[in-house]
Amino acid sequence: MQNRSVFLLSTLCFGFAFLYVPILIMMAYSFNSSRLVTVWGGFSTQWYGKLLENDQVIDAALLSLKIAVVSASFATILGTFAGLTLARLGRFKGRTLFSGMISAPLIMPDVITGLSLLLLFVSLETLIGWPSGRGATTVTLAHITFSMAYVAVIIQSRLTSMDNSVEEAAMDLGSTPLRVMWDITLPIIAPAMVSGWLLSFTLSLDDLVIASFTNGPGSTTLPMLIFSKVKLGVTPDINALATLIVGVVTLGVVVAGFLMFRAEKQRDRDVQVAIAANE
Amino acid sequence: MSELAGKSVSSSATQRSGFQRWLNRNGWRKIVAGIPYFWLLLFFLAPFFIVMVIAVSEAAYSIPPFKIPFSWEALQANIATNFGYLINDSLYYTGYLNSLKIAAISTVFCLLLGYPMAYGIARSSGATRNILLLLVILPFWTSFLLRIYAWIGLLGTNGTINNVLLAIGIIDEPLQMMNTDFAVYIGIVYSYLPFMILPLYANLERLDNTLTEAAMDLGSTPARTFLDVTLPLSVPGIVAGSMLVFIPATGEYVIPVLLGTGSSPMIGRVLFDEFFLNTDWPVASAVAIVLLLLLVVPIMMFNHYQARAEGVE
Amino acid sequence: MTADDSFIRIENVTKKFGEFVAVDNVSLDISKGELFALLGGSGCGKTTLLRMLAGFETPTSGRIIIDGQDMGDVQPFNRPVNMMFQSYALFPHMNVEKNIGYGLKHEAMSDGERKQRVSELLDLVQLGQFAARKPHQLSGGQRQRVALARALAKSPKVLLLDEPLGALDKKLREQTQFELINIQEELGVTFIVVTHDQEEAMTLASRIAIMDRGVIKQVGTPTDVYEFPTSRFTADFIGSINLFDGTVTSVKAGKARINAAKAGCTFEAPVSPGIKSGDAVGVAVRPEKISISRSRPKSTTVNAVQGEVLDLGYFGKDSLYRVKLESGELIRVNRVNDQRVEEADRQVDWDDKVWLTWDANSAIVLPEEP
Ligand SMILES: Nc1ncnc2c1ncn2[C@@H]1O[C@H](COP(=O)(O)OP(=O)(O)OP(=O)(O)O)[C@@H](O)[C@H]1O
Ligand SMILES: [Mg+2]
Repeated sequence: MQNRSVFLLSTLCFGFAFLYVPILIMMAYSFNSSRLVTVWGGFSTQWYGKLLENDQVIDAALLSLKIAVVSASFATILGTFAGLTLARLGRFKGRTLFSGMISAPLIMPDVITGLSLLLLFVSLETLIGWPSGRGATTVTLAHITFSMAYVAVIIQSRLTSMDNSVEEAAMDLGSTPLRVMWDITLPIIAPAMVSGWLLSFTLSLDDLVIASFTNGPGSTTLPMLIFSKVKLGVTPDINALATLIVGVVTLGVVVAGFLMFRAEKQRDRDVQVAIAANE
Repeated sequence: MSELAGKSVSSSATQRSGFQRWLNRNGWRKIVAGIPYFWLLLFFLAPFFIVMVIAVSEAAYSIPPFKIPFSWEALQANIATNFGYLINDSLYYTGYLNSLKIAAISTVFCLLLGYPMAYGIARSSGATRNILLLLVILPFWTSFLLRIYAWIGLLGTNGTINNVLLAIGIIDEPLQMMNTDFAVYIGIVYSYLPFMILPLYANLERLDNTLTEAAMDLGSTPARTFLDVTLPLSVPGIVAGSMLVFIPATGEYVIPVLLGTGSSPMIGRVLFDEFFLNTDWPVASAVAIVLLLLLVVPIMMFNHYQARAEGVE
Repeated sequence: MTADDSFIRIENVTKKFGEFVAVDNVSLDISKGELFALLGGSGCGKTTLLRMLAGFETPTSGRIIIDGQDMGDVQPFNRPVNMMFQSYALFPHMNVEKNIGYGLKHEAMSDGERKQRVSELLDLVQLGQFAARKPHQLSGGQRQRVALARALAKSPKVLLLDEPLGALDKKLREQTQFELINIQEELGVTFIVVTHDQEEAMTLASRIAIMDRGVIKQVGTPTDVYEFPTSRFTADFIGSINLFDGTVTSVKAGKARINAAKAGCTFEAPVSPGIKSGDAVGVAVRPEKISISRSRPKSTTVNAVQGEVLDLGYFGKDSLYRVKLESGELIRVNRVNDQRVEEADRQVDWDDKVWLTWDANSAIVLPEEP
């Protein structure tokens, strides 16, 4: 028993060190005043200043944010529909194909997804003249496609864990199926939709390979910009950019986690009060 | 009172318009299922057929750079040329073999590290468990690219690891770690570890504690209990996690480019270069199709065990 | 009962899931204002029958008519029927008040009327002070009452209750049973209650239908099904009973003599006209109808048998004896302890040789089933 917990504890420590030490070191070097990234030359925030003056970085970041917001929103709607279809509409013709098309994008290597979407866009342009050229629009379409699969899976698992007699009860009380969806199903899956949106948003912000295939020459997303710089080696301003991104995301996730934790705590307390107040 | 209920039923039935009636009769179902269905057919399934068509086309100096074959002979000739490359040119088949090897070995390392971690998290309690889970999930949300980037600074000839080792005196001259297979393994294990831990955790957490207690009650040592009960019951999680690492790792592009330029090429990079540098779309498509065929079995395994691990369908 | 005064008619309803027959050719007539119970073991098709009444399942064949209207084409949301779900199915994101008022949103009434109705219902189920709570902040019993109030809100003609008390502990259950009866009497709504608890069915219902593997075995008042079971299944399912195989040796003036080899005695019991000499039948006596004594009865061959007390259990208000007959069979005997008895004075004890006797009218003859 004792040996086992020592073993588990040390693997956990090693594993988390493996996951986090590289990021922490990178963040530390973003405050290095030296241009030489491996030599500590004292504390400085100069690279952050340089970063904010760099129009190229700002433009790419804005473009990426725009694509991420739009694609996450569409992916959430489409993915919610898909999740509802899988969890609530029972058997229909072509269901197997549908659920296959939902789960495949989750594990499809990016190079294949990127290549096939690019070839689709090129063929569509040749055949019907749309989309004319490639750029933010085609990247957004590509991101919607793979993000919606993630949303669908989240919504589906939320719905399957929810007792569907709740929906039947609403119908029994006189609501048409459409009303039931609006009054009962959507409010209950709303938190899952929020998670789905956030996940789609980060997936889009993070994507390099699919964007490289589906993007046109005019526009550069933030990952593409970072990639082209990183290929040339480590530079302190990328360290600063990375620190900013990691910092913002961590803050967001921790705050969201804390809020959820507190809501759960509050709920436990409410239940205790309710039980105490009960006859 | 029952009269009231009867009246309202009939009045609401007559008030509904034709469109609403259509919606209530299954129409809304068609919309809800139809929109995502159509989207996926257009943007997910159709592209694969296009890839297949282009894989049997002829490369050409035109826009777009390929010619679709219109005769049976041309088709056969194109297949022979495009897929012939994959068999005859060592660049391609070593690319595939390398990718499969690197992905497989990385998957094993992910499992060796991820299983005890998932088990440890599943056995911890309350707040600790939530925090540990958050720590596993956090990397999901941070940039994949930047996390790979962090390793460049660590693994370089005058990177942090070499500096530390030199300073302690373990080595006399810097180790060559960047641009080796070793760096690629590190990169893959590092970025895909959470994908291994999460399905394993989900599986182990659901595993009923009383089962292991029952086994121990019946005289099993903890080690035997683990081998007899815990491990067999976590097979769905092991398979789901392993496939979640293995499949995308096989087609990985970013990690070998950033960490393994000098090392043996992986097929994702071969495909990318074929497309962008050689502009040979037909051969790139052929590479993609063969890669997909190689991954069909793992993908089907994933789908099967994923459904089992989650208990749906 | 004639067809005219039946309020709900279930005509030859069958429901198949694939090849599996969940409800098998069921016909029932239920009249207005009745508190009707569907009783049966797990998986016998009670919920399925109820869901067909509510409109969530379509019968494979047969018809359901409620208040003269064929329900064939009527959608669940248009039926004059409301259901209280086995799991309560409260809307987790709405508070008690909203849950109860949900069905009224679709009624043509003003906001004021709606509020008024909700507060009436809150009073009815005594949940006034919990109006603003969410379901997860309520105890099991409180949730159960919210589900009841919500199902009653639209004043349905029929209320379907699927295991309404299943999630409550014994004490709360008994208390709630009487509340349910009071509410039903007050409102005059027809209740159809599903339960697998025979005591609950006996307490609640004015009539009971006993189901087994999709088939209705018997319909009748609680007294009917207890005192006059028509099949071995019902006899065995309701209460406890001593049951033996036997052969009819003679029939005279509505009474038959039955030879039960395993019991080692002859039964005399009233029979229905169809039974004739030579028939193989089952013959049964309930434990509390048997008297136990150490003294020899008048007749030692008819409706009497000798045995040895194997064990006895003292339950306060009554005692249960298990008596071993010469054939090796066990008979259960129940005796009410209506007097205080000292340990030493107890008439019957372990290992005593005893005589068991019963009245001719207490024995039940159950025809062999086809
Ligand atoms: N949707 C379905 N598909 C297939 N079989 C079903 C379905 N619903 C119910 N059944 C089967 O029909 C039978 C009757 O089920 P039902 O839910 O009516 O039982 P029940 O009498 O309510 O049991 P319980 O007391 O356990 O609630 C069961 O054997 C069940 O497995
Ligand atoms: Mg049931």
